[in-house]
Parts: sequence; C-alpha cells; structure tokens
Amino acid sequence: MSDPVVDLIIIGAGPAGISAALEASAHGLEVVLLDEQGSPGGQIWRNVAQADTRTRQVLGSDYSAGQPLVEALLASNVRYQPNAAVWQVTEERCVHFLLDGKARVLQGRQLLIATGAMERPMPIPGWTLPGVMTAGAGQILLKSAALVPQGPVILAGCGPLLYLLAVQYLRAGIGIEALVDTSERRDVFKHSRQLRQALAGWRDLLKGLSLLATLKRAGVKHYRAARNLRVEGGRRAEALCFDSDGRAQKVWASLILLHQGVAPNIQISQSLRADHDWNEQQLCWVARRDSWGETSLPGIFIAGDGGAIGGANVAATQGRLAALAIAHRLQKIDACRLQALSKPWLQMLGRQSAARPLIDALYRPLAQNRIPHDDTIVCRCEEVSAGTIRGYVELGCLGPNQTKAFGRCGMGPCQGRQCGLSVTEIIAEHRNVSPAQVGYYRIRPPLKPITLAQLASERELETSTSSTPERSLS
Amino acid sequence: MPTETLFRRLQLADKYVQIEFEGTPLTVPADVSLAAALLTHDLGATRESAINGRPGAAYCMMGVCFECLVEVDGQANCQACLIQVVEGMRVRRQRGARDLLIGGQGDE
Ligand code: FES
Repeated sequence: MSDPVVDLIIIGAGPAGISAALEASAHGLEVVLLDEQGSPGGQIWRNVAQADTRTRQVLGSDYSAGQPLVEALLASNVRYQPNAAVWQVTEERCVHFLLDGKARVLQGRQLLIATGAMERPMPIPGWTLPGVMTAGAGQILLKSAALVPQGPVILAGCGPLLYLLAVQYLRAGIGIEALVDTSERRDVFKHSRQLRQALAGWRDLLKGLSLLATLKRAGVKHYRAARNLRVEGGRRAEALCFDSDGRAQKVWASLILLHQGVAPNIQISQSLRADHDWNEQQLCWVARRDSWGETSLPGIFIAGDGGAIGGANVAATQGRLAALAIAHRLQKIDACRLQALSKPWLQMLGRQSAARPLIDALYRPLAQNRIPHDDTIVCRCEEVSAGTIRGYVELGCLGPNQTKAFGRCGMGPCQGRQCGLSVTEIIAEHRNVSPAQVGYYRIRPPLKPITLAQLASERELETSTSSTPERSLS
Repeated sequence: MPTETLFRRLQLADKYVQIEFEGTPLTVPADVSLAAALLTHDLGATRESAINGRPGAAYCMMGVCFECLVEVDGQANCQACLIQVVEGMRVRRQRGARDLLIGGQGDE
C-alpha cells in the first residue's frame, strides 16, 4: 500500500515540469505529474512524441529537442497523469482536479507549479471577430493537428514567436500576405546596456536575427513600426488596417494571427494569494520566489514561465533546481550534495537568462495595443470595453475587483485570464498610478468549469496502482 | 471568394471521422481537438455571445479564452480546444455562456 500523501505533486508537463519530475524521481521522490493536455510536452513541445516527420521538419529543431525529455518521462517512475484539469489548489498543498469528468484530489508534501505562460492579450479593434486568432493558436494547430492556413494569412504584433511561426509557415510552403510588425526598425546596438549582458546569450539573439533574415530572403512583405492596428469585417475578419511607412495600409486576409509576447499564467499562484509583484520590464505579474523557486507559501514552488518569462531552456533548468531543493527539503539529499548538484545548473541558468533583458526591450509590446481606445472590447466573455472600465474608474473604482463588481468584467468563464492584464493597465493609466498600486483580480476556485454533481463525487486519486513504483531509496 | 475555410491539413490525415455540426455532416481528421476539426470547415462563428449575440470562434486554442465553447451531444459549454473529436459527435453553436457553472457559487 502506498501512502495517500505523495512527496511531490507537479502541475504542468512542459519543460519545467518534466525536468523537475525526472530530477526529483532520480533522487527517490514519489512524484505525480498532472497535466491538462493528452500528451506531455507543454505548449512548446506539444504532441512531440506523435508528430509526423513532415510536421517536425516544418517546426524545426527546437521542437524536436523536446523528444528525449518526453521519452525519458514516459520511461521513468514518475506517475504522469494526462487530461487532469486542476480546479483548486490549497495552501496545504492539496490539489483538486477533474480527470475525464470525475473529480479527484491528491495531497502532496511539496508542490511545484509549472503551468507556463499564456499569450498576452492584444486588444485591438475587431480582435473578437472569427478569423482572428493568436499566433500561439496557429502554432498549436500546426503541432497538434498538422493544420496550416488555407487562405490569405497575416501575422501581426511583435516578438520572437511571430517570426518563428512565419518561418514555419514558409517551410510548409504557405505564403504570408504580410508580417505587420509593431516593433521599430531599431538598431539592436542602441540597447548597449542590455547588449553587454546579452553577449553571454548570443545564441538566442542570433536565432532571432536569423529568423528575420530568412523572412527577408523569402520576400515576405514586412511592415515595421505599424500603428493603429484594426481588424475589419462583418461577421468574420476580412482585412487588417494599420499605419506604416507614413501611410494608411489595408491588407486583405481571412485569417489574422496576433501576438505580442507571453505572460506567466498566474491563475493558481494568485488563487493561493501568494505574494506577487508587478514586473515593469516584462509588463506582467510575477510571483515572488527565492532562488530555488519557492513562493511566499512554504512548500509551494514555481518553475518556468509560470513564474517569469524566460523561455523553455530556463524553464527546464529552473525545474531541476526546484526539484533539488525539494529533494533536500524531504531529506533525500544533504546540504553538501544539494550544493554540488545545483552548481552546474545555476551556472547554466546564468547563461540561459543573459539575453532576456534585451529580448524584453526589443519586443516590448506597444502601449496602444495593451491599453486600447474606449470602444475596444477588453473582456471577451462579458463584452466589456476599455471605455466602460474607464467610466467605472471615474465613478471611483480603484482596482480590477471593483470594476468587476460594477460590470462583471472578468467574471465570465475565462475568469479574467484573458482580460486581467489589460484591465489592470487601463485602470493604472486612467488613475495615473502604477499597475502595482492597482493590483490584480482576486482569483477564486473553481479555476476550471466543474458541476456540483462532479464536486459531490470527489475522491482520492488512487496512488497504489501498479503504475506507482515502490520507492527505491538509495 | 471561393472558400473561407481557415485551415487545411499539411498532408492527408491517416484517419478521418464523421461528425455533425448544426445538423450538417462533416468529415474531419481524427486525433485532433474538436476546435481544430471545426476549423477545417467553413463554419464562421461557432458561438454567439450571451450578452450581445456577438459571433465568436476559437481564439487561443490552449484553454484560456473560452471562445471555443460549443454544445456537444446535448452538453452545453464544452471547451472545443480541450476535447478530442470523436466519431459521431453532434455539435451545435453555443448560444450564451452565462449558465456555465464556473465560479457561479463563489463569485459573489
Ligand atoms: S480556443 Fe481559447 S479556450 Fe478554446
């Protein structure tokens, strides 16, 4: 019989979660890895174990790089549980989730949140029309369903993922109507302060530059410093209008993919009331963590993009470090061994993080695409516009929870995941204070749709099945 | 315009299944999410906002935005990007999402 309490519960099977699971399991911890998807890899390596050769070739080497880790996970002692939608986590590290529609609960001695990033909302006029999706959605469709655009497609916004998707579409033989870039035609070397730090991370930088060169060679129409983006269409997207090169432009397309970077998915850490800070460099909320990734709540760690945006390699390294700290906490390794084992990872983390400040500065999303004009819809679930939110501020609302009470903004099924950052920034700008003073939505469970009947049938996840390994203590 | 279908397969799928959307039979690749399957046909909006009837369709494909809500085999408010397509599924546009239980008890 196994203990109903497992050593470590990890939420999220992306680079951070898988790396942490493997490391922890190697030190003799009993690990349960819960993931919302049907197969491991997170969004970055989504479906990597099943993807066909053609899709892999289109997606490139950074994608296939995930395969060894995914295979190692599947061959390991880690109890990997796909299709698990976590709807509540408690401070006592009790995790409630839905598994094939059935409510299950699991208690962990330690907990690691590795839920990664979500795309930053890009609220421009017309962004709610069918035919407007995110660049991340385009990539997910490529990875998980081998789908590519059929008709004219525009990629608009800024950030490495936008260029990467453009290159992947080119490899797939898909023509791109236009790359509508909101970043400036800036000289990289103007950012000399960040550049010095970035030199250590030159590989990441070169990657960004070579993607751009590939697009140029392919003759993709690349508009720079695009402003005043607006999607036109009746019941579906028909064109993207914007200003660039001092002229008003209009490009016709049935599919418009938007992207302006990613932000940590903080739904769980916010629901736990862990301490968060506003990060002005990344324009998002980040949970406060020590160097191992532990939050303000003892025994609850965060690794990867769910903490702060660092990318897949940083996430994997942070996962290793958190797992080592947790193994030490549970007395599987002593302080000496912790230090020895973590040293190479810490050094690697330094190199992997070096280019980040420059990337953040180069691809900083424009204020006008984060804090839109009055008539742009911000909350898609409850159809609340930026102007309505400003109106509530004028009535005396100081933060998102008050505007929520006034206008249901953030109370729809997405629970503010989609509008949270926009609402905070709109209020901050209108009050002329910092986002830190405005705060974020108070997130309450359930974090996922759950019915009362499901709730009533909740029981413990069996951890005594044959798939759970006997603990091998070395 | 000849067609407004937004996505096509990079290459033929190994297997296809038949589903129904608003009573019309559709052939879609197997082993993909329901939202992905629907995107291979010219359907336009797959939901209508409960607030103002605004047409909506899958946006994020990763479970964040809830724009992909549809009715599947009589069950309302299914997140199409998070469920696999299954032979014989009967799918309808979601009209309104306000009765979705999420947060329903805890909001106030
Ligand atoms: S498309 Fe966003 S939740 Fe399904």
